[in-house]
Formats: sequence, structure tokens, C-alpha cells
Amino acid sequence: MEITPAHYTVLSAALFTIGVIGVLVRRNIIIIFMAIELMLNAVNINLVAHAQQVENLVGQVFVVFVIAVAAAEAAVGLGIILAFYRNKETVNIDEMNVMRW
Amino acid sequence: MDLIWLIPVLPGIGAALNGLLGIRYFSKPVAAAIACATMGGALLLSIFAFAQLLGAEHREHVVTLAHWIPPIPLQTVDGLGAFEAPWAFRLDPLSGMMILIVSGIGFLIHLYSSSYMDHEPRGGYVRFFCYLNLFCFFMLTLVLGSTFLVMFVGWEGVGLCSYLLIGFWYHKKSAADAGKKAFVVNRVGDFGFVLGVFLIFFTFGTIDFREVAEAASQMPVESAAFGVLSTICLLLFVGAVGKSAQIPLYVWLPDAMEGPTPVSALIHAATMVTAGVYMVGRNAVLFSHAPMVMTIVAVVGGVTALMAATIGLVQTDIKKVLAYSTVSQLGYMFLATGVGAFGAGAFHLMTHAFFKALLFLGSGSVIHAMNDEQDMQKMGNMKLYMPTTFITMFVGALAIAGVPGLSGFFSKDEILAKTFVASPWLWGLAVVTAGMTAFYMFRLIFMTFFGEYRGPKWGGDAEGQADGDHAAAADDHGHDGAHVWHGPHESPKLMTVPLMILAVGAAVAGYVGIPPIIGDFVGVGNAIEHFLEPSFVAESAALAEEGEHAVAHLSHVVEFGLMAFSVLIAGLGIALAYHLYVRRPKRAVELAENWAGAHRVLTNKYYVDEAYNSTVIKGTMGSARGLWAVDRNVVDGAVNGAGWLTRALSWVSHVLDKYVVDGLVNLAAWICAEGSYIFRRGQTGLIQNYAVATLFGVFACATAFLVVRFMG
Repeated sequence: MEITPAHYTVLSAALFTIGVIGVLVRRNIIIIFMAIELMLNAVNINLVAHAQQVENLVGQVFVVFVIAVAAAEAAVGLGIILAFYRNKETVNIDEMNVMRW
Repeated sequence: MDLIWLIPVLPGIGAALNGLLGIRYFSKPVAAAIACATMGGALLLSIFAFAQLLGAEHREHVVTLAHWIPPIPLQTVDGLGAFEAPWAFRLDPLSGMMILIVSGIGFLIHLYSSSYMDHEPRGGYVRFFCYLNLFCFFMLTLVLGSTFLVMFVGWEGVGLCSYLLIGFWYHKKSAADAGKKAFVVNRVGDFGFVLGVFLIFFTFGTIDFREVAEAASQMPVESAAFGVLSTICLLLFVGAVGKSAQIPLYVWLPDAMEGPTPVSALIHAATMVTAGVYMVGRNAVLFSHAPMVMTIVAVVGGVTALMAATIGLVQTDIKKVLAYSTVSQLGYMFLATGVGAFGAGAFHLMTHAFFKALLFLGSGSVIHAMNDEQDMQKMGNMKLYMPTTFITMFVGALAIAGVPGLSGFFSKDEILAKTFVASPWLWGLAVVTAGMTAFYMFRLIFMTFFGEYRGPKWGGDAEGQADGDHAAAADDHGHDGAHVWHGPHESPKLMTVPLMILAVGAAVAGYVGIPPIIGDFVGVGNAIEHFLEPSFVAESAALAEEGEHAVAHLSHVVEFGLMAFSVLIAGLGIALAYHLYVRRPKRAVELAENWAGAHRVLTNKYYVDEAYNSTVIKGTMGSARGLWAVDRNVVDGAVNGAGWLTRALSWVSHVLDKYVVDGLVNLAAWICAEGSYIFRRGQTGLIQNYAVATLFGVFACATAFLVVRFMG
């Protein structure tokens, strides 16, 4: 069986959906973080697959950028989480409401 | 003479020292030394000033110390005048004589007091000397003042000091009341005096004595109509009546006996009561232009003299007798000024100062010896125990009775002679008074110094000298028991020496005013009359009326007859007193019983105090109560009504504010709060809620896009 761009697209859509659901339903912020990574990588798969399809390297390059941005984002996000944990001793997103009115 | 301002200021300094520092820090001898030294200094300066005045060509000297009130434009009868008052002091014959009397007698009284007041606690002792000095300060200011205003400062000051000193033992209600009475009664007179000064300024545009006298001398004599000069004089005389204790304002003087005895001496002899006579003399020019007021002055003086003398006949309190005697003698002085004999009045003022100070200090000595007993009925035979006091007081009594050769004779005789010229009726009053004076003075002497000793017993036998070791002393009238009374005794030297000096003065002071009838024999004129003359006439008039001014002279025969008659009357008075109180003491009691009604009226002083009580005082109190009721009901009612109205209005305003204004504001706030509640629900702060919303938004966008793309 030949792997077609449709397969990649479906895989990417499935991964993205899993990520969205993860962001929406989980309460642990680290899990949510991982779900966001999942969504990013779903987009990456899509980009790589379609770059292959149209034989254009711009897609490949863009993926590298996304990975780099994701790494930076993970670093900043984890830092915030760590600081928050030191203050509140929790990573539950329902309790992160100190900025509310 | 340029230092005359120091004469009043020295005692003022003494009073300030003793008053500000002394009451707290000074011991008794220090305080007494300060007071006596300042008075002594004033006396020395007075003597120097007087000596210079005698030598000076121009018998008038004015020293202006400083400006007090700068010229202020004020309305007068001829347009605007400049009202100004310098601190100016005037030395002329009249004030020269007065400062000698005030500082001289004042000094002796200070000396005497330093011993007399020895039983006082230290604070009271120092306070006493502070007041005494202050008294002399004000009196000297009064006599030296060159304008009515400076005189008024002294005038009010002596009123204040009399209040302080009469009420010196303020813990005694009677003394405090007497002080208040003196102050209030004087106030009535002061009111007249002030009004007089206002009118003087309004009429003449100045308040300087000399300028007023000059201006007044240019005006016609008001013999027919009661004009402005008469009004001024009447008002001034009201002031003099208050200060010098004449009918109807004499009631304070007998009560003033509540003060310590030296105070009585000071008030009666040197200061205070002489102020009225002095003031009338000072304004002699004004008064001689108002003959009607002069008549009033003479009649008031004559009647006061007689009335006070009759009261004096029956008093048993040694100081009360002397007090009424003072009122009576002041009446004499006013009688003299009233008939135009200003010189005779001032002369009598001087001789009276000597013998009255002597008599008061002597009575103080007796009271001291009798352990604060003042009732003559409880004395008797005191000549045995206190010979010095007896002899000096005897001299004083002879002088006041008018026995020839002593001072009272000369001055009294002069007044009688001048009165006879003016009005035989007033002369009759005065002669009767003279007889009574002789009688009651010798009644005093005989009751106190002769007869049986009637006082309380003391340790040891009643006749012999006191035996100090017997503790069963007759301490029967609540003396504080600090010292035990050893019976009557002669007073210490500090008290007897002033007595002796005053006795000499009382004996010889009259020789400066020898009447013409005798003077012509020995070839001396009436020195004091001639000396004082410049003070009583305006300068311009003095030259013009040189010959005319002298009143119609009596022939020598008439004058000699009058003199003999008054001496006879005085002798009769003395003889009667001797008869009734030494030879037949029972007869006096019988007389009093036979004439019980008259006796009672006299003992109760004609019920004048009671009459004042039921008319003036009750009336004042009643109207005060009425006014108070008006005040409480009408004035307070209006104020309270206004307050109630304000409160009611503010309550209405409060309700409006609370429910209408606040209600609107609260409603707006409530609407905002309730409205915002709906929107607030969406803001959960949970990131996942927002993410869901975002997701639905994305779905919505995608769906809309797809629908448009493929269906449209």
C-alpha cells in the first residue's frame, strides 16, 4: 500500500484533534503543555508531507523554524510553571486563577 | 523738682517688688524694709520738692514724663478738638502740701504697720505691704496728676486699693462684704466724676487742670442759671461725695473699719477720703463759677458733719467712733470749700490728717494691747498700762476737739469764721457739730483710758502686770491660740514712735495757719492760706482780683467772739463727757434708757443702711431679676426657637438627602452592579473555557467558510 498525502493529512488531523482535546479536557498544565506540542507536531507532519508532495523545500525549512519556536516556548512555559509551583505547590489549572477579578 | 515723677513711682516699685517677688520669696523684715524704704524715699523727695517750691519764684512746675494718649480728634462744643493725655505731673502749692501729707503720714503708717501686722503669716504680711505701697502710689499719682485723666488713674487706683485693703482678711465674710461695699459705692461716685470729665472735655477741649481753669475763669459766673459749669461741678462733686464719704454715699466708710487698723488710718488720714476734698480744691476756679453747686457742697458738708457726729455720740466700737468722726470732719472740709474757703478746707485737711492718723494708730495700739478687742465697753483704765499711747491719743483728741493751741483749733476756727460770713445757719450746724465732736472724742478717751478696767481677766491678778507663765489666759474670743495674751501692754517702739511724731504734728501743725485775729497781735500772717492761694485761682484772675477776691473781713470783735464761743462749746462737750463717763458713769446708762428711742435710732445709724437695703439694693436686685426673667424667656426663647427651627429644617433636608438624592445615586450603582453581573459570569479566568470558546469560533469560521465556498 502506498502512503499518499491523504494518509499524512489524516494522521495530522488525528494528532491535532488529540492535542485539542488534551488542551481542553485535562487539568494538569504539564499534560496541556504536552498536548500543545502534539498540535504543533501535527502541523509539522502536514507541512513536511505537503512539501514532499509539491517538491518545494520552503515547507521543510518552515518545520525547522516551528521546532525551534516550540523549544523556546517549552523553555519559557516550563519556567513559568516551575515558578508557579514554587509559590502555590500545585500544577492544577483550575487553581491558577490569581489573575482573575 | 524734675524728679517729682519719682515720688509716686517709688512706692509703685515697692509694690511691684513685694507683689511680684515678695509674696513668694521675701521674709517679713525684707518686705517691710522695702515698703518703708520706698515710702521714705518718696518722703525725702517730697520734702526736697517742697523746699524747692518754697524757694521758687513761679509756684508751679509741670513735668511731662511721656505721652500717653496721642492727640485724637474728638467732638467738642466748638468743632473738633484734639484729645490728648500726657503722663504729666504738676507740683504747685496744693499738690505740694498733699504729697507731704501722703508720703509723710504714709511713711509713719508703714513703720507702724511693720510692727502691728506682725501676727500675720508671712504671705499675708508681704501682701499687706504690697497693697499699702500700691495705695500710696495711686494716691500720689492722684495728687500729682496734671490732667483729669492722670488724676482719674489715681482716683480709680485708690478705689481698687481700698477694696483690697478693707477686704484684706478676705476669709472673714464681713470684711469681704465691706470691701465690696466700698468699691461699689465708690463706683457710683466715680461715674459722676467720669461724666464730669467728659463734659469738661466737651466744653473746653482740654483736660489739663491749668488750661481748664484759665478757660473757666473767662466764663461768666453762673449765679442765676444752672449752666454747663454748674453741671460739670455737680458731676465732679458726685465723684467727691463718693470718694470722701459724704451724704448720701458715706455708708462705705464706717464699714471700712473691717480692714486692719493701719489701713483705716491710711484711708482716713492720708489717702482716699481726702481725694474728694483735694479734687474740689484743685478745681476751685470751676466751683467758684458755680455758686449754686457751692451752696449744695456747703449744705451737704454741713449736714454730713452734723449727722455723722450724732451717730458718733453713741457708738461703742472704738474704730466706728473714729470712722464717723472722719465723715464728720470731711463734712467740715466740704463746708469750708462750699463757702468758698478753699484754703481753710485744705488747711483742715492737713491738720485732720495728723490728728486722725494719730487717733487711728493710737486706737490700733489699744486694740493690739487688748488682743483685738474693739469694744470700748470692755476697756477702761488703759492709761495705766499704755501711758505713751494714752498721752499721744489725748493730744490727738484735744486737737480734734478744737482746744486752743493745738492744730484742730486753728483750722476749725477758720472754717467756722468763714462759714459765719457765708451763712449763720450753716455756722450753727458747724458749731453744734464741734461741740459733739469734743464730746464723743472725750467719751472715747474716758471710756478707754479712764474708769474701771472692764475687760477680760488674764493670767495673774487684774490690777498687776501680767504674769506670763499662767496658762489660764483670757483668750476668750477665738484667737488662734498661737500666743497667749498676757493682759494689756504698751506697744513696741515701732508703733509708739510714729504715734509720738504724729502727736507733735497734731499739736503744732496748726501754727502755719494762724488766724488774723491772733496773727495780727504777734505779727505773722496766715502762712498756709497765702501759700495755697495760687492753686485756687486762675493765673490771669489772680492778678486782676487781687484785692477784690478777699471776702468781706469780719471785724476783730466778732471774730474773737466766734472763736471764744466755739472754744466754749468744745469745753462744754469735754466737760459733759467727763461728767458722764468719769464722774457718774451710771448717768450715761440712765440717759440712754430715758431716751431709748433716740438712742436706738443713733445706734442704728439712722437706719440708713437698712433704707438703702430696702430701696436701692432691693430695687436693683428686683429689676435685675426682672431683666433676668426677660432674658431667660424672651431672649433665650428667641435663640432657642431659632435653634429648634434650624433643627427641624435640617431634619427635613436630611430625609430628602437620604432617600431622594442618595436613592438616585444608589440606584445608578445598583443598575451597574446588576448589569455587570451578567457579563461577569463569562469571565471565569479558566484558560480552558476560553480555549473552548476559541475552538467554537474557529469551527464557526470554518463552517461559514465551507458553506460559502461550496454551497454558495
